[in-house]
Amino acid sequence: MNTDAGHVTAALSRPDFTLDVDIKVPSHGVTGIFGASGCGKTTLLRCIAGLERDARGSVGFNGQLWQDSENFVSPWQRPVGYVFQDARLFPHMTVARNLNYGRRRSAPLPELSSPEQIIDMLGIGHLLDRKPAQLSGGEQQRASIARALLRYPALVLMDEPLANLDAARKQEIMPFLDRLHANLQVPMLYVSHSLDEMTRLCDHLVVMQSGRVLGQGRLHDMLMRTDLPILGGGEASTVLDVRVLDYDPHYQLSRLQFAGGEVVVPGRHGDHSCPLRLRIMASDVSLCRERPRSSSILNILPAVVESRQAEAGGYVLVQLRVGEAKLMARVTLKSAEALNLIQGQSLFAQIKSVAVKNSAEQTAIDNANAEA
Amino acid sequence: MPGLGPLWLSVKLGLISTAILILFGTPLAFWLSRTRSHAKTVIEAMVALPIVLPPTVLGFYLLILLGPNGLVGSYWVKLTESTLTFSFGGLVIASILYSMPFVIQPLQNAFESIGRGFVEAAETLGARPLDVFFTVILPLSTRGFLTAAIMGFAHTLGEFGVVLMVGGNIPGQTRVISIAIYDHVEALEYAQAHVLSGLLLAFSFTCMFALYFINGRLRHEH
Repeated sequence: MNTDAGHVTAALSRPDFTLDVDIKVPSHGVTGIFGASGCGKTTLLRCIAGLERDARGSVGFNGQLWQDSENFVSPWQRPVGYVFQDARLFPHMTVARNLNYGRRRSAPLPELSSPEQIIDMLGIGHLLDRKPAQLSGGEQQRASIARALLRYPALVLMDEPLANLDAARKQEIMPFLDRLHANLQVPMLYVSHSLDEMTRLCDHLVVMQSGRVLGQGRLHDMLMRTDLPILGGGEASTVLDVRVLDYDPHYQLSRLQFAGGEVVVPGRHGDHSCPLRLRIMASDVSLCRERPRSSSILNILPAVVESRQAEAGGYVLVQLRVGEAKLMARVTLKSAEALNLIQGQSLFAQIKSVAVKNSAEQTAIDNANAEA
Repeated sequence: MPGLGPLWLSVKLGLISTAILILFGTPLAFWLSRTRSHAKTVIEAMVALPIVLPPTVLGFYLLILLGPNGLVGSYWVKLTESTLTFSFGGLVIASILYSMPFVIQPLQNAFESIGRGFVEAAETLGARPLDVFFTVILPLSTRGFLTAAIMGFAHTLGEFGVVLMVGGNIPGQTRVISIAIYDHVEALEYAQAHVLSGLLLAFSFTCMFALYFINGRLRHEH
């Protein structure tokens, strides 16, 4: 077993359901477990935490064996921090006592943040004396995340922590999850059926269907794959990691830098040099052989064709290289032939719209149009 | 003015049997709330029996079982050189059996209503089962314990048939308030019967009122 990566296998057999997965959990960053309802995402997390006692197969993490045909490490002995979909704060205790519950029963790890830092990171310092019933849904979930982190886990498991919250509450809690993502020193498995949450929070992605793993890998690579119908049936997209360069208050535009150059998006997004993530749908990218002289589209980038692939419905998916970065465009077969697209060909990619992820100012529909 | 001895005896009997029932009923009720064993249904039915069984039937079997020649009674005689029937000890055993469903059922309901969710949360936070029981399940079952204690106590206070069968009517030993009232009526001492009946009525009402009042307050708290 690789020492710098966790390796989780889990198998479970029930009359109506079979789980059989084998996933890699990188020792840093957030690994998203994505799939439709009933695909076994939650069951997988429960197996890892030891909450499914009848699970067969083995569960191991960072070289420790937690479960196989002969051994079963009890849930209270597994160093995991579990965040349930419903916050499950103990109703008879204050928030402070809830936070202390796991902390008092765990050995502190020096490399992890201090309790004060965790409480501060999740913004719950002013709620410590309250009972869970006096908190909003979002506040309850933040307290529940802090409680799980104060267990000083070697692995954080989050089971759709936003699923029970309405859109406004989700937006309220997202910035805290961004901070967690940036500051967490232990790996996290994040279960969700929302690709939006995944794109924003995850570094790696595991796609599940009917209790099996369809594919796993870096988020950026996974979103460019078109062979995973569950990701949206040909709705391939590119994720770009960017930094904010500056903000133009007159036009209200932010200039962002990525490995392939610069893009401009409306609105102010975080502070200078704050890392952001952009998601660009392949269908929002169009191609021209010459740089358009006058266009309403702001983002026109020189690109090189790497490969093309026919899609159902008379479309062609074109893989492009923009500097060091990759980009995908989805054009009609007719356009592809008219442009005579071949490998190595240089042309210009016009990006019609850019979705900005993890920005504190993100609106409910986080689709910012880059047209002037 | 009748002696208040019978009232005191009833209260003592109620307190002792309720305390024993809570102590031993809690693990049983918890087991019933969590087990998937086939024995569960049989045990639940046995616990519920005293609700439907006439007290005289229960008392009759207890008289045989606890009597000097009975299975339990003969052993007791060997051990203590006194008989269980017609003694306070015998009454305690009888009361425990008679009031058992009124303590076990509220406890079992309380434990069942907590569900797996909080238990799982506590376990993933590092708490062992006994730890989970004392820090999560017990505090969340306060209402169940209150109901169980008051129902068990009040029910023991009102018991008559079983006491008559196994306890007889020995002043200071087994002459509880319900028996004393019966005696006074038999002897046409209505004044004394009035006093004791009135006391029991007021006491029972106070118990029930306290139960519903505190239950209402606790419901608002959670």
